[in-house]
Amino acid sequence: MNKSKGLDDRIFDWLNYTFLTLVLIVTLYPFLNVLAISLNESTDTVRGGITIFPREFTLENYKAIFEYDNLVTGFINSTLRTIIGTVLGVFSSAMVAFTLSRADFQGRKVISTLLVLTLYFSGGLIPGYMLMRDLHLIDTFWVYVLPGMVNAFNIIIVRSFMDGLPYALQESAKIDGANDFAIFWRVILPLCTPVLATIALFVAVGQWNSWFDTYLYNSSNPSLTTLQYELMKILQNTTMGSTDANAYRGTQAQEAAASVSPESIKMAISMVTIIPILIVYPFLQRFFVQGMTLGAVKS
Amino acid sequence: MESIQKKAHTKSSQAIKKHRPFWRTMKQQKYLYLMSVPFVLWVFVFNYLPLWGWTMAFQNFRPGRTFLEQEWVGLEHFIQLFQDERFHLVLRNTLAMSIMGLIIGFAIPILFAVFLNEIRVQAFRRTVQTVSYLPHFVSWVVVAGIVTKMLSIDGGIVNDALVGIGLVNEPVQFMTKGEWFWVIVTLSDLWKEMGWNSIIFLAAMAGIDTQLYEAAKVDGASRLKQIWHITLPGIRPTILVVLILSIGHLITIGFEKQFLLGNPTVVDYSEVLDLYALNYGIGLGRFSYGTAIGIFNSLVSIILLFLANGIFKRYTNQSVM
Repeated sequence: MNKSKGLDDRIFDWLNYTFLTLVLIVTLYPFLNVLAISLNESTDTVRGGITIFPREFTLENYKAIFEYDNLVTGFINSTLRTIIGTVLGVFSSAMVAFTLSRADFQGRKVISTLLVLTLYFSGGLIPGYMLMRDLHLIDTFWVYVLPGMVNAFNIIIVRSFMDGLPYALQESAKIDGANDFAIFWRVILPLCTPVLATIALFVAVGQWNSWFDTYLYNSSNPSLTTLQYELMKILQNTTMGSTDANAYRGTQAQEAAASVSPESIKMAISMVTIIPILIVYPFLQRFFVQGMTLGAVKS
Repeated sequence: MESIQKKAHTKSSQAIKKHRPFWRTMKQQKYLYLMSVPFVLWVFVFNYLPLWGWTMAFQNFRPGRTFLEQEWVGLEHFIQLFQDERFHLVLRNTLAMSIMGLIIGFAIPILFAVFLNEIRVQAFRRTVQTVSYLPHFVSWVVVAGIVTKMLSIDGGIVNDALVGIGLVNEPVQFMTKGEWFWVIVTLSDLWKEMGWNSIIFLAAMAGIDTQLYEAAKVDGASRLKQIWHITLPGIRPTILVVLILSIGHLITIGFEKQFLLGNPTVVDYSEVLDLYALNYGIGLGRFSYGTAIGIFNSLVSIILLFLANGIFKRYTNQSVM
């Protein structure tokens, strides 16, 4: 009896490790494949058969994409919107969250209701577009960072973290004559580093990965393009897995395509958009797991 | 006379007394107000003001005219919408992909979390976790590119594998087959979000009393029995909350995946409500019609949320809203 149970458990363990190893492979393989192709000589790639190692190593593909003006502009704009959007987003969320974490603040109930409601509805695509038009945000850089600056979900996460801080900290500062802003700035904010790192990651990734706002509001202005939008255009021009360079003619990336195949270009740009995330990811992992859990439990 | 004056006086002083604490506290809390009210106004402009735009659905909206100059048409756009055959097709696609996404995207992360929770080798467990969260941070643009590449007929791993094990004789053009589109979207979403969506379940499992497992072990319960009788009941509240919220978001599935993975050959399967609104509203400049589609979308999701919450309340006497 006991023996059979031990066997059950061993079979379970064996299946479990197999299943999770499979998950690991299925998740990692595409990334490694993209990396390998991006580092492989373009004409050789067309022959096929590249898996996770480049056959003829080269950096030409990367060189080619940086000769393509729109991509450089896109890279700069994506970086700018990520930095500005994150600073504004984190600062405003932290500030609002602080006021909502104060049990004595009399505006607390009304304000938190107004904020939480925004999680459940949205005006929709067309009214949103008309609003941006009326505010003259279309064809400007600011349409990337201003509309989403105050985000209820982030505020809830920061607030639940602040709720866990002892109020005595604020009281002693108050006795020393500090006003509420000074308490926030000097006492509370430094203690919130973990949760601020979490939402900074959320906002930054959201900003870095957006393409739809560029498509909707700024597609006619190449100087406001973003990296993801440029990548999207190239992908849309070469869908269905075609490696046919002809599908590529007439697009703005034509020049770059002349020397390097679109397949290689796509993979190299994909890597350029993934790499910054890979760099910050390990440092922030422990924070975002914490933050996700907090936010999910509260909301 | 005097008494009346006195009365009036006390009355007004009472009124002042009643209001004074509010204004006085407000003055005391002026920094708190200064730190929150500007952002509330911000939210008002960007989140509440678009609701005003819903009036467009009841007009023949023309840009450039003032609100009073618009021509009001009542429910005409909605009637037109419900009569449009394209709308029925789009609604079918939206619901099909939402329901598939809800079932798969909800059940598999629970399973994944359960399996992960049973791993005793911490290094392996952490590796799987770290890797599985990664795709969540990659944009849909890149994921669409990856999916297209993996499914491509020349050198895509999926076709190579299928041909390799002899399931098909020649590579399948997945991206041009409409009937595959829903499956591709659902599985891409699963690939991207499975790890991320499991975080909350793993956190809930970490909160289960370990003594329960010890006791079960003493009683000789197998691992599967422990999962069935301890782990799953232990995370039941979390499962329910996540389920309700997912039902609320059922119809607002977004359009990014469909936009990026779709192509003209599969449009009958890939077009969803938001894309339909985008094509009509902004593509063709029919703002009113596009808004009507958006309103329909919002109303359905609110009704679903309340329905789900109502059922939840009835069975558990709790509410998530």
